[in-house]
Amino acid sequence: MTADAQLNVLKLKPKDFASSQDVRWCPGCGDYAILNQVRRICAKIGQTRENTVFISGIGCSSRFPYYMETYGMHSIHGRAPAFASGVKLANPDLDVWQVTGDGDGLSIGGNHLLHVLRRNFNIKILLFNNRIYGLTKGQYSPTSEEGKKTKSSPMGAIDMPLSPLSVALAAEASFVARAIDVDKNLGDVLERAAMHEGSAFVEIYQDCNVFNHHAFEYATNKDSKEDHILRLEHGKPMIFGKDKDKGIWLDGNRKPRVVELGKGIQADDLLFHDEHDESLSFLLSRMTYPEFPEPMGVFYQIEDECYENLLQKQVDDAIAAKGKPDLQALFSSGDIFEVK
Amino acid sequence: MAASSNTEVLESNKPTEELASAVIRFAGDSGDGMQLAGTQFTDTSAIFGNDVATLPDFPAEIRAPAGTVAGVSGFQINFAASDIHTPGDEVNALIAMNPAAFKAHIDDVQQGGIIVVNEDEYSKINLRKAGYPEDYNPLDDEKYETKYRITKVPITRLNQEALAESGMGAKEINRCKNMFALGLIYWLYQRPIDTTVKYLEDYFGKKKHLPAVAEANVKTLKAGYFFGETTEMFPVRFHVARAPVDPGRYRKIGGNEATAMGFATAAQLASKTLVYCSYPITPATDVLHSLAAMRNFGVKTFQAEDEIAAMCSAIGVSFAGQLGVTGTSGPGLALKSEALNLAMMMELPVVIINVQRGGPSTGLPTKTEQSDLLQALYGRNGDSPLVVIAAQSPGDCFDTAIEATRLAIKYMVPVVMLTDGYIGNGAEPWRIPEASELKPIEVKHPVHEEGKVFQPYSRDENLARPWAIPGTKGLQHRLGGLEKGHISGNVSYDFENHQFMTDLRRMKIEKVAQDVPDLHVHGEETGDLLLVGWGGTYGSILTATDRARAAGKKVACIHLRHLNPMPKNLGKILKNYKQVLVPELNTGQLRLILRGKFLVDARGLNKVAGKPFLVEEIEQAIEIMLAGKLGDREYLTPRLHKVDLDDQDIDLSKFGINAARI
Repeated sequence: MTADAQLNVLKLKPKDFASSQDVRWCPGCGDYAILNQVRRICAKIGQTRENTVFISGIGCSSRFPYYMETYGMHSIHGRAPAFASGVKLANPDLDVWQVTGDGDGLSIGGNHLLHVLRRNFNIKILLFNNRIYGLTKGQYSPTSEEGKKTKSSPMGAIDMPLSPLSVALAAEASFVARAIDVDKNLGDVLERAAMHEGSAFVEIYQDCNVFNHHAFEYATNKDSKEDHILRLEHGKPMIFGKDKDKGIWLDGNRKPRVVELGKGIQADDLLFHDEHDESLSFLLSRMTYPEFPEPMGVFYQIEDECYENLLQKQVDDAIAAKGKPDLQALFSSGDIFEVK
Repeated sequence: MAASSNTEVLESNKPTEELASAVIRFAGDSGDGMQLAGTQFTDTSAIFGNDVATLPDFPAEIRAPAGTVAGVSGFQINFAASDIHTPGDEVNALIAMNPAAFKAHIDDVQQGGIIVVNEDEYSKINLRKAGYPEDYNPLDDEKYETKYRITKVPITRLNQEALAESGMGAKEINRCKNMFALGLIYWLYQRPIDTTVKYLEDYFGKKKHLPAVAEANVKTLKAGYFFGETTEMFPVRFHVARAPVDPGRYRKIGGNEATAMGFATAAQLASKTLVYCSYPITPATDVLHSLAAMRNFGVKTFQAEDEIAAMCSAIGVSFAGQLGVTGTSGPGLALKSEALNLAMMMELPVVIINVQRGGPSTGLPTKTEQSDLLQALYGRNGDSPLVVIAAQSPGDCFDTAIEATRLAIKYMVPVVMLTDGYIGNGAEPWRIPEASELKPIEVKHPVHEEGKVFQPYSRDENLARPWAIPGTKGLQHRLGGLEKGHISGNVSYDFENHQFMTDLRRMKIEKVAQDVPDLHVHGEETGDLLLVGWGGTYGSILTATDRARAAGKKVACIHLRHLNPMPKNLGKILKNYKQVLVPELNTGQLRLILRGKFLVDARGLNKVAGKPFLVEEIEQAIEIMLAGKLGDREYLTPRLHKVDLDDQDIDLSKFGINAARI
């Protein structure tokens, strides 16, 4: 066998990342599609089972670690970023993934999300956004649309929903992307996230077919979705539509507008995507259906130092400067007096 | 005792009075540098060879309005020619830098005690700020003049004059006056000044690059010292001889510092990286500060975004195979409780240190209390047993931190280590241990065995489950807060399994008792009264017991370090005495447990006044108990430094509240 062929034999397949546990999500849940893609990407990029850790909080999505044949922790509600941070503090070499939802990640755990992102721990954060509390059987979430009627909001939710991506960008995330559970772009986005060195935040539109079915119908319906989503490509003009006949154009007030191509506007006139442009990424994060097509793909990506490496460097530098750890020297710091 | 280096300023023509011990207190505005003066006096006395015990006391506000009683900061030192265990009951000498300090502390000074006041600060405006009535100056009050030996020293002016040539501004000069006061007190108690001179030169001169400030402070320190000698104000000086202590090398150590060193040491004994995850909270923050300065010992510190994240990240550290520790105080422990419960369920080794403070709620952040015992033992949902141990003195925090780590790793269990504001901020001489003599902490990480399915909830002889860490091939497993199936660790909703696992978690903690040494009774094996203490009250209980025994009373005491599980011989000891008294700085938390667990008629001495027990208060409670005067009362409370049977009922009318007496 050639070396390549040998490597192929050794290389894990997606099913090798499946644990022995039965998957218990509702039949038809969007989580299944995400689980399959994650397993596929783990295999594709050559991650090992023993070096991979999945950490979640509480909620439907947070059952995820049980279904991966890796190390995992199904922790407590909202706190997964803190557990994941601890894992990276202890062992920066592990591949750490965090799975969360719109309630777990943005409501009870909103604070931790901000801080794990700004510190830029090398953690992949997958936020399954189904715009509903599913595990507790259907209450409105921080991403539920205004006026949403649920069992806890019979007259309509009066909370203003937030944009997970705007939050992530404001929290200084170094990688921000969006994908859809059943769309072809999910695999690409996950792979990009996995390869990113730093906190990677991925919002995944996920259908809760029991309590919020069709929440993302506009973005998933085969016949019409291309008119409602904008597939981002770095360095390319922002063109969308089933017939690729529409685009995003910036008007004189730097406001984005949907324009039709051909009628005096060429592709070169459109906005071009630049993954490294912070203000552009924020502008994209504010574009919502139905006024705009909703952007999909990588919004923002920059290179930055990771917290766990910076901390390790401080330890290494301190040891280099002051010499190897010696307990006796530690005990003897300060003024000593001797009794004979 | 090796000769301490003397300085030329020690020569004196004044007569000396020999003392067995002395309690002095520096008090002033929180900006007056009283904590520095106090710690310098402590360092000097420890290095001189006295036994020392300290009690810093500072306001919760960093800068409360200057000159007010709320803004008074104090530092008490007991230094002795013999073994001592408390910072002392009555103050022998008070240094009051302003009227507010005088007002706040005068009642603690013994009759005939020395009071040195900075008379420059007793202006009309400062007297008003201190809340004294118009046209009243306590220095002119005959009642004080007859009761105390008050010496009025114009410290502000003398300090200014000493530093007139320094070239510094009036404000900077004024900041040095604590050193003038310290110099004067050094002279009064015949202390060498060189330790402080060296400190000032190192701190201001080398560290802060302010040699002029260092020079000025040294100058006024000496000026204060010479002033004592030259002036006729002090007819006599005092001397406290060195204490006879075991030979060895010593240093002064603070409780929080000892805790930090203990964990750094424990990590090395276990060949682990210590990752200390914490959120700043009084009075535990100094543990974070100390450890943050130990990067070169391989220590990582993580200042988390909140208490919850600090707990969770520490658990993440332990899951990944290093030593995760978090530290906090009462309100922080409340926030950590859900995650702590998860660590109990996942059976991971993690240590939580709680430097207890006055509660409930925000309570008295800078004052000491022992009122988190029940929270530590039971403050979680469900049946959630874990190990709880408590340190008894500043130096003991070191050993307790190591023991907490050892138990956590051996039994795969979270351990709560309790200290308190008093021992955390307090200091004592500490015999430096030999690093090579410390016992390593055994750590076992399983590896994959071919053909064998890994069972994350299998058990060893101690009922500990295996600590399999990410990165180990073939041992992939998932942990979580849902009930675990025995052996497999898979999620289980089986009722029988839940009963079994709940029992097993309890039995595992009971198993820890095999590592808990039998209690040692201080005193006779049987007798009329047994005192039972835990944590930071050790010194005062021991001292009170010794005094009662010296007076021929059949009193003994035991001190609990292990609150869960408790020592195996505790139940038996409790039955060997006619009465049991449990002094605690809470309303009776250990007492509740002892009564519930051992069906013993334990009575309490309970105080929540922000301060440790005075020895005298415990002595008085002992007297009342032995005289059989307690009757059916379950507990006593000292009021205004006194335990009086007539002053036990709470009379709300004293506070203007018209309520029927209970």
